[in-house]
Amino acid sequence: MSLDMPKFSDLDALYSPDAKVATSMYEDPELFKLEMDKIFRNTWVWVAHDSEFPEKGSFKLSHVGLEPVIVVRDRKGVIHVMLNRCRHRAATVCEVKKGKTSSFQCPYHGWGYGLDGSLRALPYPEQYGDDFNKEQHGLQRLRTESYQGMVFATFNEDAEPLVDFLGPEVCRYIDLFMKQGGGFPVKVLGEHQFSVPMNWKVQLENTTDAYHFPVVHKSFMQSLDGETEEIFRFLETGKGFVEDLGNGHSVMAMIPELIDLDENLDAPIPERFTELAQELRDEGYPEDQVKKIVRAVGGAGFNLNLFPNVSFSLAFFRVLTPVSVEKTDIRHIAIGMDGGPAAANQMRLRLHEHFQGPMGFGSPDDAEVWERVQRGTKGGETLPILVNRGIVDEVPGALGPRGHVSAETGMRAAYKMWKRMMSQ
Amino acid sequence: MTEMSKIDSRALLAQVTEFLWAEADLLDRKDYDVWLDLWQGTGFYTLPIGDTEDFANALNLCHDDAKMRRDRIVRFQQGFSISSAPPAQTVRTVSRIVIEKAEGDVITVRSAEHVVEDKFGRQRLWAANMTHTLIATDGGFRIRNKVVRLLNSDGMLNSFSYLF
Repeated sequence: MSLDMPKFSDLDALYSPDAKVATSMYEDPELFKLEMDKIFRNTWVWVAHDSEFPEKGSFKLSHVGLEPVIVVRDRKGVIHVMLNRCRHRAATVCEVKKGKTSSFQCPYHGWGYGLDGSLRALPYPEQYGDDFNKEQHGLQRLRTESYQGMVFATFNEDAEPLVDFLGPEVCRYIDLFMKQGGGFPVKVLGEHQFSVPMNWKVQLENTTDAYHFPVVHKSFMQSLDGETEEIFRFLETGKGFVEDLGNGHSVMAMIPELIDLDENLDAPIPERFTELAQELRDEGYPEDQVKKIVRAVGGAGFNLNLFPNVSFSLAFFRVLTPVSVEKTDIRHIAIGMDGGPAAANQMRLRLHEHFQGPMGFGSPDDAEVWERVQRGTKGGETLPILVNRGIVDEVPGALGPRGHVSAETGMRAAYKMWKRMMSQ
Repeated sequence: MTEMSKIDSRALLAQVTEFLWAEADLLDRKDYDVWLDLWQGTGFYTLPIGDTEDFANALNLCHDDAKMRRDRIVRFQQGFSISSAPPAQTVRTVSRIVIEKAEGDVITVRSAEHVVEDKFGRQRLWAANMTHTLIATDGGFRIRNKVVRLLNSDGMLNSFSYLF
């Protein structure tokens, strides 16, 4: 099947071979509908982290594209992702965002479903006749797989296994990212949520955009101590890189010396962490563990960007949920050390609050420029949006091109995948 | 309230109301330096998420000690933050003021706050329950702690370029 609408039959006009994006990519509601179908219903979409529903019967609500789903752990510990829609007359069967239950019951006519989505019972079933088959009326289930506690789901029964979709380089970077547990399992500590009047791809681009950092986040930089500000001057030092990791994924390494948190553990503890280090020593942690934990508190030195909806972003998970062609919900999920020292997790929480969320020193400025992109594209329908920065001096990486830290290599990786999925 | 006579409590309510209205006026006029001076050093300005009381161990929208409050104001005023230059304009009302506790010079006050913000020709409405812990001093009240619980703090919000 080529594109269903003749209007979009020329994909090169939407994303050109020389890396220019058409204005309608952010603007066209019909294109948005096609994207939801061809991308969000067809590939692995991130829905949850293990620690958000840790026990048997724990669940959380999430989305796959526009579609509301329940992520739940059954009595045997198996994770299920299913559509939050009663098979009778479509009412949602759950409106509690997070919790624990033994079943889901539709509030409208009382159809009851098990934790695996199977239809258990319904009032007065005899009116459906003898051949009514309960097994065919369970909640619609999605394929569900996870890697390192990150749970993904897809409507596509033919999708390749999750680890193949992620590929070896992405898996390697996920393993590295999770080292910020500091020897403890990574645990979700909370989330910031904000909605932005922008197309979802504006967000997809931003997670792999180092170029904007010193401009948009100048006020954040100025609130840092000198040593930390120095770290965030990664455009000037230029040691970082962006690399296409295949299947639309990419990594943007801003602080290469913090890619592997187990390396250089003997480096001196930065000034801003000396108080925490002393507190951990006073609590009786041995010096090598103090160094490991303190290093982990600052987060990893890279953003790993997965197509189409999640980014492992320095020290947190960033999730996008498309709502409409001009509206996208953003979640900034704070993570910490499960069972780790309270002082270390408190510091992670304060660092997260400092930059992220509706009142952070960073996110509100991001949200402003994303909205400005959406407002700007009201004019100049024929003008292209440029994502060709850094294309001139890219070199081959393990799976795809690698460019300067401020190159738009990651955006090109995402748009290449966008094109591939939209052409299927 | 048992310690106070009816007349005392009415007088206190009037004084506290006057203070909260003056604070609201400062925040709408973005007279932040004067607002910072209302604080008595050690406390926190907190916008929690959900109904937690354990702010230190939870993720909040903000949980500012004196330094973070000052840094936040500097960010608003320096002109480098695109979301605050210019910021949204706000008009707020503080009402339904209840003195929950008055012990010695420490007064705990609950109130309702409605904020309407305007930016890009678009208005948004926010509602919150506030709790102020005030200290009565010779120079008037000082804020020790202020907790603002947005009605949908654990839901989908927008970004804020002003204070509640």
